[in-house]
Amino acid sequence: MWTILANPHRFMGFSRVAIPIVIGLGVLLSGWSLYQGLWVVPPVPNQGGDIARAMFIHVPSAWLCMGLYGGLAVSSFVWFIWRHELADVAARAIAPIGAGYTALCFATGAIWGEPTWGKAWRNVILYDSRLMSVLVLLFLFIGYMALRAALDTRQKGARAGAILAMVGLINLPIIKFSVDLWKESTIHQPSSVIRFGEAAAESSGIHPVFLVPLLIGFLGQILLSSGLIMLLMRAEIFGQQADALIARRLNEA
Amino acid sequence: MLVPLTLGDEAETLAKIGPGVLWLALALASLVTLERVFQADLQDGALDLWAQEETSISLIALTKTMAHWFISGAPLVLMSPVLGRLLGVPFEQMVPAMLAYGMGGLTFFLWGGVAAALAAGVARAGLLIALIAIPFFVPAIIFGTLSLSEGFDGSAILFLGASTLFALGVAPAAMGAALRLAAE
Repeated sequence: MWTILANPHRFMGFSRVAIPIVIGLGVLLSGWSLYQGLWVVPPVPNQGGDIARAMFIHVPSAWLCMGLYGGLAVSSFVWFIWRHELADVAARAIAPIGAGYTALCFATGAIWGEPTWGKAWRNVILYDSRLMSVLVLLFLFIGYMALRAALDTRQKGARAGAILAMVGLINLPIIKFSVDLWKESTIHQPSSVIRFGEAAAESSGIHPVFLVPLLIGFLGQILLSSGLIMLLMRAEIFGQQADALIARRLNEA
Repeated sequence: MLVPLTLGDEAETLAKIGPGVLWLALALASLVTLERVFQADLQDGALDLWAQEETSISLIALTKTMAHWFISGAPLVLMSPVLGRLLGVPFEQMVPAMLAYGMGGLTFFLWGGVAAALAAGVARAGLLIALIAIPFFVPAIIFGTLSLSEGFDGSAILFLGASTLFALGVAPAAMGAALRLAAE
Protein backbone atom coordinates (compact mmCIF):
# COMPACT_ATOMS: atom_id res chain seq x y z
CA MET A 1 0.00 0.00 0.00
CA TRP A 2 2.80 2.39 0.89
CA THR A 3 4.60 1.80 -2.40
CA ILE A 4 1.72 3.61 -4.09
CA LEU A 5 2.80 6.79 -2.35
CA ALA A 6 6.39 6.35 -3.53
CA ASN A 7 5.34 8.06 -6.75
CA PRO A 8 6.04 11.78 -6.15
CA HIS A 9 2.90 12.89 -8.00
CA ARG A 10 0.68 10.61 -5.98
CA PHE A 11 2.51 11.73 -2.85
CA MET A 12 1.80 15.37 -3.65
CA GLY A 13 -1.86 14.63 -4.22
CA PHE A 14 -2.15 12.54 -1.07
CA SER A 15 -0.23 14.89 1.18
CA ARG A 16 -2.26 17.90 0.07
CA VAL A 17 -5.35 16.30 1.51
CA ALA A 18 -3.66 14.47 4.35
CA ILE A 19 -1.54 17.24 5.89
CA PRO A 20 -4.38 19.42 7.24
CA ILE A 21 -6.19 16.35 8.59
CA VAL A 22 -3.11 14.79 10.16
CA ILE A 23 -1.79 18.01 11.69
CA GLY A 24 -5.27 19.01 12.86
CA LEU A 25 -5.86 15.64 14.51
CA GLY A 26 -2.37 15.71 15.99
CA VAL A 27 -2.85 19.16 17.52
CA LEU A 28 -6.27 18.13 18.81
CA LEU A 29 -5.10 14.89 20.42
CA SER A 30 -1.88 16.24 21.90
CA GLY A 31 -3.74 19.34 23.05
CA TRP A 32 -6.34 17.18 24.80
CA SER A 33 -3.56 15.11 26.38
CA LEU A 34 -1.79 18.26 27.57
CA TYR A 35 -5.03 19.66 28.98
CA GLN A 36 -5.63 16.39 30.80
CA GLY A 37 -2.04 16.23 31.95
CA LEU A 38 -1.75 19.81 33.15
CA TRP A 39 -5.17 20.44 34.66
CA VAL A 40 -7.29 17.33 35.03
CA VAL A 41 -4.94 14.58 36.21
CA PRO A 42 -4.39 14.71 39.99
CA PRO A 43 -0.85 15.42 41.21
CA VAL A 44 0.96 12.44 42.69
CA PRO A 45 2.61 13.29 46.02
CA ASN A 46 5.23 10.55 45.98
CA GLN A 47 6.28 11.41 42.43
CA GLY A 48 7.23 14.99 43.17
CA GLY A 49 3.78 16.52 42.71
CA ASP A 50 3.18 18.84 39.78
CA ILE A 51 6.56 18.33 38.15
CA ALA A 52 5.52 14.81 37.15
CA ARG A 53 3.21 16.46 34.62
CA ALA A 54 6.34 16.88 32.49
CA MET A 55 5.73 13.23 31.65
CA PHE A 56 3.11 14.19 29.06
CA ILE A 57 5.80 15.93 26.99
CA HIS A 58 8.86 13.97 28.01
CA VAL A 59 7.70 10.42 27.36
CA PRO A 60 6.17 10.93 23.88
CA SER A 61 9.18 12.95 22.74
CA ALA A 62 11.55 10.28 24.08
CA TRP A 63 9.75 7.58 22.09
CA LEU A 64 9.52 9.77 19.03
CA CYS A 65 13.15 10.88 18.89
CA MET A 66 14.30 7.27 18.77
CA GLY A 67 11.62 6.36 16.25
CA LEU A 68 12.53 9.33 14.08
CA TYR A 69 16.21 8.39 14.01
CA GLY A 70 15.11 4.94 12.90
CA GLY A 71 12.99 6.58 10.21
CA LEU A 72 15.92 8.70 9.10
CA ALA A 73 18.17 5.65 8.81
CA VAL A 74 15.54 3.58 6.97
CA SER A 75 14.87 6.39 4.49
CA SER A 76 18.60 6.80 3.96
CA PHE A 77 18.95 3.06 3.38
CA VAL A 78 16.09 2.98 0.88
CA TRP A 79 17.56 5.93 -0.96
CA PHE A 80 21.08 4.49 -0.91
CA ILE A 81 20.00 1.12 -2.33
CA TRP A 82 17.17 2.00 -4.70
CA ARG A 83 17.98 5.66 -5.33
CA HIS A 84 14.39 6.59 -4.71
CA GLU A 85 14.28 10.38 -4.64
CA LEU A 86 11.31 10.61 -2.32
CA ALA A 87 13.18 8.63 0.34
CA ASP A 88 15.92 11.24 0.34
CA VAL A 89 13.38 14.03 0.54
CA ALA A 90 11.90 12.23 3.55
CA ALA A 91 15.28 11.78 5.24
CA ARG A 92 16.03 15.45 4.78
CA ALA A 93 12.66 16.39 6.28
CA ILE A 94 12.91 14.00 9.23
CA ALA A 95 16.24 15.37 10.48
CA PRO A 96 15.13 18.78 11.85
CA ILE A 97 11.92 17.34 13.33
CA GLY A 98 13.88 14.55 14.96
CA ALA A 99 16.45 16.98 16.33
CA GLY A 100 13.61 19.07 17.75
CA TYR A 101 12.03 16.13 19.56
CA THR A 102 15.44 15.00 20.83
CA ALA A 103 16.13 18.47 22.23
CA LEU A 104 12.66 18.52 23.78
CA CYS A 105 13.18 15.13 25.40
CA PHE A 106 16.57 16.20 26.73
CA ALA A 107 15.34 19.52 28.08
CA THR A 108 12.22 18.16 29.77
CA GLY A 109 14.24 15.26 31.19
CA ALA A 110 16.77 17.62 32.72
CA ILE A 111 14.11 19.99 34.07
CA TRP A 112 12.12 17.09 35.47
CA GLY A 113 15.16 15.40 36.94
CA GLU A 114 16.52 18.30 38.95
CA PRO A 115 13.84 18.57 41.65
CA THR A 116 12.71 14.95 41.46
CA TRP A 117 16.10 13.32 41.86
CA GLY A 118 17.30 16.10 44.13
CA LYS A 119 20.50 16.63 42.20
CA ALA A 120 22.15 19.73 40.85
CA TRP A 121 21.25 20.45 37.27
CA ARG A 122 24.64 19.67 35.77
CA ASN A 123 24.68 16.38 37.65
CA VAL A 124 21.33 15.46 36.19
CA ILE A 125 22.61 16.05 32.66
CA LEU A 126 26.05 14.53 32.97
CA TYR A 127 25.49 11.73 35.44
CA ASP A 128 22.45 9.98 34.11
CA SER A 129 23.06 7.47 31.37
CA ARG A 130 19.65 7.83 29.75
CA LEU A 131 20.00 11.58 29.31
CA MET A 132 23.55 11.10 28.08
CA SER A 133 22.32 8.76 25.34
CA VAL A 134 19.74 11.32 24.31
CA LEU A 135 22.46 13.97 24.13
CA VAL A 136 24.53 11.72 21.86
CA LEU A 137 21.45 11.19 19.68
CA LEU A 138 21.05 14.97 19.44
CA PHE A 139 24.66 15.22 18.26
CA LEU A 140 23.99 12.59 15.59
CA PHE A 141 21.00 14.54 14.27
CA ILE A 142 22.90 17.84 14.29
CA GLY A 143 25.93 16.26 12.64
CA TYR A 144 23.70 14.85 9.91
CA MET A 145 22.14 18.24 9.21
CA ALA A 146 25.49 20.04 9.34
CA LEU A 147 27.05 17.58 6.89
CA ARG A 148 24.19 17.96 4.41
CA ALA A 149 24.32 21.71 4.68
CA ALA A 150 28.09 21.79 4.15
CA LEU A 151 28.23 19.83 0.88
CA ASP A 152 27.76 21.90 -2.21
CA THR A 153 25.34 19.81 -4.29
CA ARG A 154 22.12 18.14 -3.25
CA GLN A 155 23.20 14.80 -4.65
CA LYS A 156 26.46 14.78 -2.70
CA GLY A 157 24.71 15.86 0.46
CA ALA A 158 22.19 13.07 0.05
CA ARG A 159 24.83 10.37 -0.39
CA ALA A 160 27.10 11.58 2.41
CA GLY A 161 24.10 11.99 4.70
CA ALA A 162 22.87 8.48 3.90
CA ILE A 163 26.27 6.95 4.70
CA LEU A 164 26.41 8.86 7.98
CA ALA A 165 22.85 7.94 8.98
CA MET A 166 23.48 4.23 8.34
CA VAL A 167 26.83 4.18 10.15
CA GLY A 168 25.13 6.02 12.99
CA LEU A 169 22.33 3.48 13.20
CA ILE A 170 24.61 0.46 13.54
CA ASN A 171 26.64 2.33 16.15
CA LEU A 172 23.67 3.45 18.18
CA PRO A 173 23.28 0.17 20.14
CA ILE A 174 26.99 0.20 20.98
CA ILE A 175 26.86 3.81 22.14
CA LYS A 176 23.77 3.06 24.20
CA PHE A 177 25.38 -0.01 25.71
CA SER A 178 28.60 1.80 26.57
CA VAL A 179 26.76 4.68 28.21
CA ASP A 180 24.74 2.17 30.25
CA LEU A 181 27.94 0.46 31.32
CA TRP A 182 29.43 3.80 32.30
CA LYS A 183 26.68 4.56 34.78
CA GLU A 184 25.27 1.21 35.71
CA SER A 185 23.01 2.64 38.37
CA THR A 186 20.87 5.11 36.48
CA ILE A 187 18.42 6.98 38.65
CA HIS A 188 16.03 7.01 35.75
CA GLN A 189 13.16 4.65 36.43
CA PRO A 190 12.85 1.53 34.28
CA SER A 191 10.21 1.34 31.61
CA SER A 192 6.81 1.50 33.26
CA VAL A 193 4.48 1.61 30.29
CA ILE A 194 5.56 -1.55 28.53
CA ARG A 195 6.40 -4.37 30.92
CA PHE A 196 7.12 -8.00 30.31
CA GLY A 197 7.25 -11.12 32.43
CA GLU A 198 7.74 -10.70 36.14
CA ALA A 199 7.65 -6.94 36.15
CA ALA A 200 4.23 -7.05 34.53
CA ALA A 201 3.00 -9.49 37.15
CA GLU A 202 4.40 -7.47 40.04
CA SER A 203 2.65 -4.22 39.36
CA SER A 204 0.08 -3.01 36.93
CA GLY A 205 2.30 -0.18 35.67
CA ILE A 206 0.74 3.22 35.29
CA HIS A 207 -2.78 3.93 36.44
CA PRO A 208 -5.20 4.38 33.50
CA VAL A 209 -5.87 7.96 34.62
CA PHE A 210 -2.34 8.76 33.50
CA LEU A 211 -1.87 6.09 30.86
CA VAL A 212 -4.80 7.05 28.64
CA PRO A 213 -3.84 10.74 28.23
CA LEU A 214 -0.23 9.67 27.79
CA LEU A 215 -0.96 7.24 24.97
CA ILE A 216 -3.41 9.65 23.33
CA GLY A 217 -0.71 12.32 23.57
CA PHE A 218 1.80 9.96 22.00
CA LEU A 219 -0.60 9.25 19.14
CA GLY A 220 -1.15 12.99 18.75
CA GLN A 221 2.59 13.66 18.62
CA ILE A 222 3.05 10.89 16.04
CA LEU A 223 0.38 12.48 13.84
CA LEU A 224 1.77 15.97 14.42
CA SER A 225 5.34 15.00 13.58
CA SER A 226 4.39 13.01 10.49
CA GLY A 227 2.23 15.91 9.34
CA LEU A 228 5.15 18.31 9.81
CA ILE A 229 7.48 15.93 8.00
CA MET A 230 5.09 15.74 5.04
CA LEU A 231 4.87 19.53 5.08
CA LEU A 232 8.66 19.84 4.91
CA MET A 233 8.75 17.20 2.17
CA ARG A 234 6.24 19.18 0.13
CA ALA A 235 8.26 22.34 0.62
CA GLU A 236 11.37 20.50 -0.55
CA ILE A 237 9.62 19.12 -3.65
CA PHE A 238 8.21 22.55 -4.48
CA GLY A 239 11.69 23.98 -4.05
CA GLN A 240 13.09 21.43 -6.50
CA GLN A 241 10.32 22.14 -8.99
CA ALA A 242 11.03 25.85 -8.72
CA ASP A 243 14.73 25.23 -9.33
CA ALA A 244 13.92 23.14 -12.39
CA LEU A 245 11.57 25.86 -13.66
CA ILE A 246 14.21 28.56 -13.22
CA ALA A 247 16.77 26.40 -15.02
CA ARG A 248 14.34 25.84 -17.92
CA ARG A 249 13.51 29.55 -18.21
CA LEU A 250 17.20 30.40 -18.22
CA ASN A 251 17.77 27.91 -21.01
CA GLU A 252 14.99 29.39 -23.09
CA ALA A 253 16.18 32.94 -22.62
CA MET B 1 52.20 19.26 29.97
CA LEU B 2 49.89 22.20 30.40
CA VAL B 3 47.67 20.13 32.64
CA PRO B 4 49.70 20.53 35.87
CA LEU B 5 49.92 24.24 35.13
CA THR B 6 46.17 24.67 34.75
CA LEU B 7 44.95 22.30 37.42
CA GLY B 8 47.53 22.88 40.13
CA ASP B 9 50.16 20.53 41.41
CA GLU B 10 48.31 18.50 44.01
CA ALA B 11 49.68 15.04 43.42
CA GLU B 12 46.49 13.21 44.27
CA THR B 13 44.28 15.19 41.94
CA LEU B 14 46.73 14.84 39.08
CA ALA B 15 47.19 11.11 39.56
CA LYS B 16 43.42 10.71 39.57
CA ILE B 17 42.67 12.67 36.43
CA GLY B 18 45.92 11.86 34.60
CA PRO B 19 44.71 8.79 32.66
CA GLY B 20 41.53 10.63 31.67
CA VAL B 21 43.47 13.62 30.45
CA LEU B 22 45.56 11.33 28.26
CA TRP B 23 42.37 9.97 26.65
CA LEU B 24 41.36 13.53 25.88
CA ALA B 25 44.80 14.22 24.41
CA LEU B 26 44.47 11.14 22.20
CA ALA B 27 41.03 12.22 20.96
CA LEU B 28 42.34 15.73 20.26
CA ALA B 29 45.39 14.35 18.48
CA SER B 30 43.09 12.60 16.03
CA LEU B 31 40.65 15.49 15.65
CA VAL B 32 43.17 18.26 14.89
CA THR B 33 44.94 16.29 12.19
CA LEU B 34 41.93 14.71 10.50
CA GLU B 35 40.92 17.61 8.32
CA ARG B 36 43.78 17.25 5.87
CA VAL B 37 43.92 13.45 5.74
CA PHE B 38 41.68 12.99 2.72
CA GLN B 39 41.24 16.62 1.67
CA ALA B 40 44.83 16.86 0.44
CA ASP B 41 44.33 13.76 -1.72
CA LEU B 42 41.17 15.21 -3.19
CA GLN B 43 42.88 18.47 -4.05
CA ASP B 44 45.99 17.01 -5.70
CA GLY B 45 43.98 14.45 -7.64
CA ALA B 46 45.28 11.34 -5.90
CA LEU B 47 41.74 10.41 -5.00
CA ASP B 48 40.68 10.28 -8.65
CA LEU B 49 43.56 7.92 -9.37
CA TRP B 50 42.57 5.67 -6.47
CA ALA B 51 39.02 5.55 -7.73
CA GLN B 52 40.30 4.16 -11.05
CA GLU B 53 42.63 1.64 -9.40
CA GLU B 54 41.66 -1.98 -9.19
CA THR B 55 42.64 -2.04 -5.54
CA SER B 56 39.65 -1.50 -3.32
CA ILE B 57 39.39 2.10 -2.21
CA SER B 58 38.38 0.90 1.26
CA LEU B 59 41.72 -0.88 1.57
CA ILE B 60 43.58 2.28 0.56
CA ALA B 61 41.58 4.28 3.09
CA LEU B 62 42.31 1.74 5.81
CA THR B 63 46.04 1.83 5.00
CA LYS B 64 46.01 5.59 5.11
CA THR B 65 44.20 5.63 8.43
CA MET B 66 46.72 3.18 9.87
CA ALA B 67 49.61 5.35 8.66
CA HIS B 68 47.91 8.40 10.13
CA TRP B 69 47.47 6.51 13.38
CA PHE B 70 51.16 5.52 13.53
CA ILE B 71 52.27 9.10 12.95
CA SER B 72 49.79 11.09 15.05
CA GLY B 73 48.46 8.65 17.63
CA ALA B 74 51.02 5.96 18.33
CA PRO B 75 53.75 8.35 19.57
CA LEU B 76 51.35 9.58 22.24
CA VAL B 77 50.67 6.00 23.30
CA LEU B 78 54.41 5.23 23.43
CA MET B 79 54.98 8.37 25.47
CA SER B 80 52.05 7.70 27.78
CA PRO B 81 54.13 6.06 30.58
CA VAL B 82 56.39 9.13 30.61
CA LEU B 83 53.48 11.56 30.41
CA GLY B 84 51.69 9.57 33.09
CA ARG B 85 54.79 9.80 35.27
CA LEU B 86 54.74 13.55 34.76
CA LEU B 87 51.17 13.60 36.04
CA GLY B 88 52.04 11.38 38.97
CA VAL B 89 50.34 8.22 37.76
CA PRO B 90 52.33 5.15 38.90
CA PHE B 91 54.55 3.74 36.17
CA GLU B 92 53.29 0.19 36.76
CA GLN B 93 49.76 1.34 36.11
CA MET B 94 50.59 3.12 32.88
CA VAL B 95 52.50 0.39 31.08
CA PRO B 96 49.56 -2.06 30.85
CA ALA B 97 47.28 0.89 30.12
CA MET B 98 49.18 1.39 26.86
CA LEU B 99 47.20 -1.51 25.41
CA ALA B 100 43.94 0.30 26.14
CA TYR B 101 45.31 3.56 24.76
CA GLY B 102 46.45 1.74 21.65
CA MET B 103 43.11 0.13 20.89
CA GLY B 104 41.02 3.15 21.89
CA GLY B 105 43.19 5.50 19.87
CA LEU B 106 42.89 3.31 16.79
CA THR B 107 39.09 3.46 17.18
CA PHE B 108 39.22 7.26 17.32
CA PHE B 109 41.24 7.41 14.14
CA LEU B 110 38.97 4.96 12.32
CA TRP B 111 35.72 6.77 13.09
CA GLY B 112 37.47 10.10 12.65
CA GLY B 113 38.57 8.85 9.25
CA VAL B 114 34.94 8.19 8.31
CA ALA B 115 34.02 11.74 9.31
CA ALA B 116 37.02 13.14 7.42
CA ALA B 117 36.14 11.13 4.30
CA LEU B 118 32.53 12.34 4.42
CA ALA B 119 33.67 15.94 4.76
CA ALA B 120 36.58 15.66 2.29
CA GLY B 121 34.93 18.03 -0.18
CA VAL B 122 34.18 20.70 2.41
CA ALA B 123 36.57 23.60 2.92
CA ARG B 124 37.62 24.28 6.54
CA ALA B 125 35.80 21.21 7.77
CA GLY B 126 37.52 20.91 11.15
CA LEU B 127 34.50 21.72 13.27
CA LEU B 128 32.17 19.65 11.07
CA ILE B 129 34.46 16.62 11.40
CA ALA B 130 34.54 17.00 15.17
CA LEU B 131 30.75 17.28 15.30
CA ILE B 132 30.29 14.13 13.25
CA ALA B 133 33.02 12.10 14.95
CA ILE B 134 32.43 12.86 18.62
CA PRO B 135 29.30 10.68 19.07
CA PHE B 136 31.29 7.77 17.65
CA PHE B 137 34.12 8.38 20.13
CA VAL B 138 31.80 7.83 23.07
CA PRO B 139 32.03 4.00 23.36
CA ALA B 140 35.83 3.91 23.05
CA ILE B 141 36.25 6.66 25.65
CA ILE B 142 33.90 4.98 28.11
CA PHE B 143 35.27 1.45 27.67
CA GLY B 144 38.79 2.88 27.75
CA THR B 145 38.48 4.85 30.98
CA LEU B 146 36.58 1.99 32.61
CA SER B 147 39.27 -0.49 31.66
CA LEU B 148 41.89 1.77 33.27
CA SER B 149 39.95 2.15 36.49
CA GLU B 150 38.83 -1.44 36.90
CA GLY B 151 42.09 -2.90 35.66
CA PHE B 152 42.51 -5.72 33.25
CA ASP B 153 40.46 -8.24 35.15
CA GLY B 154 37.23 -6.45 34.31
CA SER B 155 35.19 -6.81 31.17
CA ALA B 156 35.66 -3.24 29.90
CA ILE B 157 38.96 -4.03 28.18
CA LEU B 158 37.24 -6.82 26.26
CA PHE B 159 34.45 -4.47 25.21
CA LEU B 160 37.08 -1.96 24.13
CA GLY B 161 38.71 -4.62 21.99
CA ALA B 162 35.34 -5.57 20.53
CA SER B 163 34.48 -1.98 19.65
CA THR B 164 37.89 -1.57 18.00
CA LEU B 165 37.33 -4.70 15.91
CA PHE B 166 33.85 -3.46 15.00
CA ALA B 167 35.31 -0.15 13.87
CA LEU B 168 37.95 -2.04 11.87
CA GLY B 169 35.17 -3.91 10.09
CA VAL B 170 32.71 -1.09 9.43
CA ALA B 171 34.80 2.07 9.09
CA PRO B 172 36.82 1.09 5.99
CA ALA B 173 33.64 0.29 4.05
CA ALA B 174 32.09 3.61 5.05
CA MET B 175 35.30 5.47 4.21
CA GLY B 176 35.42 3.77 0.83
CA ALA B 177 31.83 4.76 0.03
CA ALA B 178 32.44 8.32 1.18
CA LEU B 179 35.67 8.67 -0.80
CA ARG B 180 34.12 7.33 -4.00
CA LEU B 181 31.50 10.03 -3.54
CA ALA B 182 34.14 12.73 -2.95
CA ALA B 183 36.06 11.63 -6.04
CA GLU B 184 33.10 12.28 -8.34
